Amino acid sequence: MASLKEELLKDIRFVEGLKSCINCGVCTAICPAARFYEYDPRMIADTVQKGNEAEIEQLLKSDTIWFCGECLSCKTRCPRGNTPGYIIQALRALSIEKGFFTESEQGQKQLAIKRTVGEHILKYGYCVYIDEVNTEMYPEQGPVWDWLKQNRQEVLERLGTSYQKDRSGTLRQIPEESLNDLQRIFDETGATERFEKIETQSALKANELGMNREAYFDYLYNGEKDRNNEKR
Amino acid sequence: MKNGKNPMWEAYQKEIANDNYYFARSCIRQNFFPAAEDLYLKILRNELGKDIYDDARQTTCTGIAYHSGIIPMETTMTVVARQFALMNEAGYENFVCSCVTSFGIYAEMLETWKHFPEKEKETREALKRATGMTFEIPKNMVHASDLVYKFRKEIAAKAKFRLINKQTGEPLKIVDHIGCHYAKIFPEKGIGGAEFPYVLAGLIDDWGGAQVDYPERRHCCGFGFRQYLLKSNRGYSVSNSKKKFDSMKPFRPDLIIANCPGCTFFLDRWQYVISEMEGKTYGENGYGIPVLTYEELAGLLLGYNPWDIGLQVHQVAVEPLLDKLGIENKPEEKYSGINGLDLGKPGMPNTLKCY
Repeated sequence: MASLKEELLKDIRFVEGLKSCINCGVCTAICPAARFYEYDPRMIADTVQKGNEAEIEQLLKSDTIWFCGECLSCKTRCPRGNTPGYIIQALRALSIEKGFFTESEQGQKQLAIKRTVGEHILKYGYCVYIDEVNTEMYPEQGPVWDWLKQNRQEVLERLGTSYQKDRSGTLRQIPEESLNDLQRIFDETGATERFEKIETQSALKANELGMNREAYFDYLYNGEKDRNNEKR
Repeated sequence: MKNGKNPMWEAYQKEIANDNYYFARSCIRQNFFPAAEDLYLKILRNELGKDIYDDARQTTCTGIAYHSGIIPMETTMTVVARQFALMNEAGYENFVCSCVTSFGIYAEMLETWKHFPEKEKETREALKRATGMTFEIPKNMVHASDLVYKFRKEIAAKAKFRLINKQTGEPLKIVDHIGCHYAKIFPEKGIGGAEFPYVLAGLIDDWGGAQVDYPERRHCCGFGFRQYLLKSNRGYSVSNSKKKFDSMKPFRPDLIIANCPGCTFFLDRWQYVISEMEGKTYGENGYGIPVLTYEELAGLLLGYNPWDIGLQVHQVAVEPLLDKLGIENKPEEKYSGINGLDLGKPGMPNTLKCY
């Protein structure tokens, strides 16, 4: 069986992301995630560069790899051409592949993203679609969004969109043929398999935590508070 | 400042095709700024006389899913290839996308194919098996704002308004926010590179405004993909935007313009959230700092009715900016539907002043 480091080296983002880290810490200095989380991209580059299997496995099971915001500011700044943000992409993919992602609270949340953005892509052809966005899940949308949602037929027609229409234009209904293309691309290139892996592993974790499908989603999406409510 | 940095800016100029584009839309811009892309097409077609094709068959580039780690790189690569195939079928060679995340995605996949030709071959085979399609790589791939930058002087010549405070005669103080994936991933693909991006600053300079050069000018808006997408992680996003607002506030900006639809959304909505959480506002007299996309700003200066170009679906009121520009607007048109039907007003935030 290939080592974790060998698995990582199969991912071109890892190959591109880790050339030779000199541990200078410039990536950490520029990193928005390092400012607000217990997160240090320099340490991640150092861990994977050293190649200790136990340490890499620990990383794959940790919250750490899920804190990066993928802004890729590190790519611009690294004086040796490394990209910790790419290393993170490879680590995240391997964490899901190995089923390690459910070992950390942050990793578990991949299910909530799969159930929202992932499923919206295949249902609508958009990563996000107005019909699925409400101020309960997205309170920052504010009162103007409630007004838009409530009056969307009128407002979107006034603004000249193609909302729910079979023609080109803003918010058009994506043709069935295009949605089928997306589904077949997902099947062909591993996205469907990854979705299934996320669902299967998450079902085991939800079971372990004593939550049903919906309660587990709410816990992941909303955070610890809701989990406590659920227990009460 | 402008002259001093010009030589560096010149090192990062890029090729932008003159005409005949295939338009790739943005998920976020369509949903949260629903009039913006059609305004963009109007400006390109009607004001500048350009040919730009809007295809019903295009889809998301999947970039948000990719950067959240829920789909493999190969999936995104093949969806990108399908978009290129659609462009070829429509008879175009120049690809222009309306989203900075997408721009980063297209640039990344094109670069990957250069460095790893076997990935291009795999992608071609996967696309063929999945859809029967084949594709050619675009001759020119740019972000939608690159075209506004390229034709900024033509737009200025047709504009009815300039970025001048009508009451004082002073240039309006304008913050530009570029969006990380425009030039931080591949600096050579952005006008001005990652250090001194000029794609929006050039609009400010040529349209009469004054750039605001504040300490956190290049900091991320805080989207963070999986950090924003989950309510339980969203503190990351608002914290990063707040860092920017606190840094720009002493310069008293009249307006923020943003390149990326996600950034535009966050810089608008997090002002509302911070006002609710902390009672803090960043504009004058309890209002926020208006946040516009580049095409919304171009549309305003060209004389489009602000309520026809969707400025009423921003949470931060734009009226303080309209007053400074001397743009008259009819309040009764703001919240009306087709044929002037009165749709009632949205609820008011607790702290942030709105009209």
